[in-house]
Amino acid sequence: MTPFDESATSPGRPPPPGADPWAQAGLALTLLAIDPRGLRGLWLRARTGPVRDRVMAALAPLALRKLHPGISDEALSGGMDLSATLATGAMQRHAGLLDNAGPLCLSMAERCPPGLAVRLGQALDTRDGLSLIALDEAAEEGEGLPQALSDRLGLFLALDGFTWSETPDITLPHAAIATAQARLGQVANGAALARLTRVAAELGIASLRAPLLALACARAHAAWRGVDAVEEPDLQIAVALTLAHRATRLPEEAPPPEEAPPEPPPDQNDSDPDSDQTPPDIPDEMLVDAARAALPPGLLAQLQAARMARAAQGQSGAGAKRKSLRRGRPMPSRAGKPGAGARVDVIATLRQAAPWQRMRRQMMPGRAEGRLLLMPADIRIRRYQDQTDRVLIFVVDASGSSALARLAEAKGAVELMLAEAYSKRDHVALVTFRGTQAELSLPPTRSLVQAKRRLAGLPGGGATPLASALQVALAAAEQARGHGMAPTLALLTDGRGNIALDGQADRAQAGEEAAQLARAIAQRAIPALVVDTSLRPKPALRMLSDQMGATMIALPRADARTLSRTLGAALGG
Amino acid sequence: MTPFPFAAIVGQDEMKTAMVLTAIDPKIGGVLVFGDRGTGKSTAVRALAALLPPIEAVAGCPCNSAQPEECPDWADVTDKSLVTRPTPVVDLPLGVTEDRVTGALDIERALTRGEKAFEAGLLARANRGYLYIDEVNLLEDHIVDLLLDVAQSGENVVEREGLSIRHPARFVLVGSGNPEEGELRPQLLDRFGLSVEVTSPDDIDTRVEVIRRRDAYETDHAAFMAEWGPQDAALRDRILTARAALAQVRTSNVALHDCASVCLALGSDGLRGELTLLRTARALAAYEGASELTRDHIRSAAPMALRHRLRRDPLDEAGSSARVARQLAEVLP
Repeated sequence: MTPFDESATSPGRPPPPGADPWAQAGLALTLLAIDPRGLRGLWLRARTGPVRDRVMAALAPLALRKLHPGISDEALSGGMDLSATLATGAMQRHAGLLDNAGPLCLSMAERCPPGLAVRLGQALDTRDGLSLIALDEAAEEGEGLPQALSDRLGLFLALDGFTWSETPDITLPHAAIATAQARLGQVANGAALARLTRVAAELGIASLRAPLLALACARAHAAWRGVDAVEEPDLQIAVALTLAHRATRLPEEAPPPEEAPPEPPPDQNDSDPDSDQTPPDIPDEMLVDAARAALPPGLLAQLQAARMARAAQGQSGAGAKRKSLRRGRPMPSRAGKPGAGARVDVIATLRQAAPWQRMRRQMMPGRAEGRLLLMPADIRIRRYQDQTDRVLIFVVDASGSSALARLAEAKGAVELMLAEAYSKRDHVALVTFRGTQAELSLPPTRSLVQAKRRLAGLPGGGATPLASALQVALAAAEQARGHGMAPTLALLTDGRGNIALDGQADRAQAGEEAAQLARAIAQRAIPALVVDTSLRPKPALRMLSDQMGATMIALPRADARTLSRTLGAALGG
Repeated sequence: MTPFPFAAIVGQDEMKTAMVLTAIDPKIGGVLVFGDRGTGKSTAVRALAALLPPIEAVAGCPCNSAQPEECPDWADVTDKSLVTRPTPVVDLPLGVTEDRVTGALDIERALTRGEKAFEAGLLARANRGYLYIDEVNLLEDHIVDLLLDVAQSGENVVEREGLSIRHPARFVLVGSGNPEEGELRPQLLDRFGLSVEVTSPDDIDTRVEVIRRRDAYETDHAAFMAEWGPQDAALRDRILTARAALAQVRTSNVALHDCASVCLALGSDGLRGELTLLRTARALAAYEGASELTRDHIRSAAPMALRHRLRRDPLDEAGSSARVARQLAEVLP
């Protein structure tokens, strides 16, 4: 681990703008130490390296308890302590990580499965004194913290812009933190509550947890400064540390002028009279600027990409997850019958049987001493989590004059992809459209022989029923999902639809229906690719591709080999 | 800390009404709350517990039997006196094991005394009460299957180690979740009587009010509860009054006909939709103190009773709420 590691992991990214970002990072840690209950925790986005080690070293006195994305339920929420139970002959439980208050530290948080994220989130909501530091090592676009956590953790820090040489060690001032903690209860909100709520709304943050967390941050900062009411600097820090990274839009310049100046809330039950005399408020746009300044360029786009990808599961090249009895990552074993591909988890089975031995011996006298009495219900079988198989659904335009050539290339590409599919567990399906409607010419298959036979005699020519093609493709994709596969659409066409769903030649209606179906595909988060095979790319097709949320590739005169290579690359192998 | 008071929840009227209606008539069968993060879904469900009228149950019975003779034999109930206790609201956590849901052999007694005894699970505790699943769409499949089975039969059966146990398990399912993280199987959707969609309010004043109340709840708990506690109590009384009035609400043939034609127009599967719509509308009438079920009640109850029972239509982007509204305008002008 050398100072050079850091520059290698963040190639040429400029340091975040702002007064002194590193000092602000230290401030965030201090605020978390002051009010872990209100702030709930910290989302620390950084690759491993000396800079992150510095932050973790500063946090070390807080006695973090570590957990990782693969943590078992028993370690998390406690369970029976088998050895102690057997030794003492009475039920002994061991506590889980969530049973005790204090800060937790989740490493590799970007790999946190949704179930764990939700349970951590629920624990943060309901158990007092629990806080979480999530170490998000997201490297690629589309990776990030699950929303169940990012929504609840108050503070956010991104360390990627810092270099080792310009970051001195951080030491948390424990005495001052204790003083601030004692003061925290007396800090009055003043107008902070209304203003932070308004700024959050202006930044397009829907969740109502955000303003509450920002308020906690502002109060902690006021207590830290040793004052009794939240003032302007506190608000700016709160916006920078808790709101900025949640923004879904940054108002460009000058917010709408009809925005009335914030008035102090009339019936604030805990505000003291002084808070009405705070100096004239700096308008909210200053706070929005604070948010803008707090964000390294490009970060917001990355966070948003991660949100989208999290929402649309299976967007990356690999298929979605599913449970399997044979292969993949191990999961907790559960009761079941061996056979039909299931393997017995011997250790878990023995653990299950152990506590009942005394009882069974009494019920079944005459069994040899020292022999384990195993019942069918004890048997535990192994389970694994696996990637689902992918289905690549080709939707090929077989209309018009150039149909024959295009169809031949598509057929070639299908066969090439199938030939390579075995190792990637890909299935391939083909929807062709011409004349009045589309048909599923080749249902999802992995059989090269069957595909060749079906593809051999496909006719071409006629009108372009694009809407019908999308409808058939959508149905095929939904069906594939129902069978536990992850579908991807690849649309090859050179024109726009001119046949409506009912088979009538009505260009306007056909376009409208195609657009509707494209949006339906986007809504279901079915990954899609549009390949424009015409000589001059058409704006109408580009629009349709955008509505579908698809990637658009222009490939005039593509041959089968180029086509299959391009598709393979676009789908992430 | 006592849960956030139900009456203090700002806005979200449809969600609150749906929850109150299931409290008035448990036969409606539960609520599913779907919506974005940070919209107060779980707050509302936790607040509901304080609103529910208490039940009378046998003190020592693990499954809250109403009469001593209804207690299951295996429970060996010694204390058969009747006590009044709050309606049980049982949390079903994600990642729960099957044993904990259905109940299993009592490990402690097996170890210490070598006895075979049954330890009741969450389903027994939820009998005559509520079973709450947060993030219901992330629940493991085998637990979902188990819940469907029990919710259908109203009885939990455990066969294990020569033990054959059955006990009643009638509960109201309450689920919440974020649709972005996964869909719910239609079979499970159908088990929920009502479904509501919540979004965070987009009006600044409402948002400020939400934050202000939540902040007061956290920083000045005692004063906040003193202010809102009585309002919760008033709401509870209103629920009790409505429960008593439920049987007296007159239901004309016209109302029955209206329910049927709405369901027919929407093409909702089976008769469950119609029955739920009728019950919901009737509970709403009772809640509003009306003596007769009117078309207005049906109109207000239809979206929450039916929107999750529609067949999906890929060509319709407006969502099922809009479809229900459109059909309502046509069928019940």
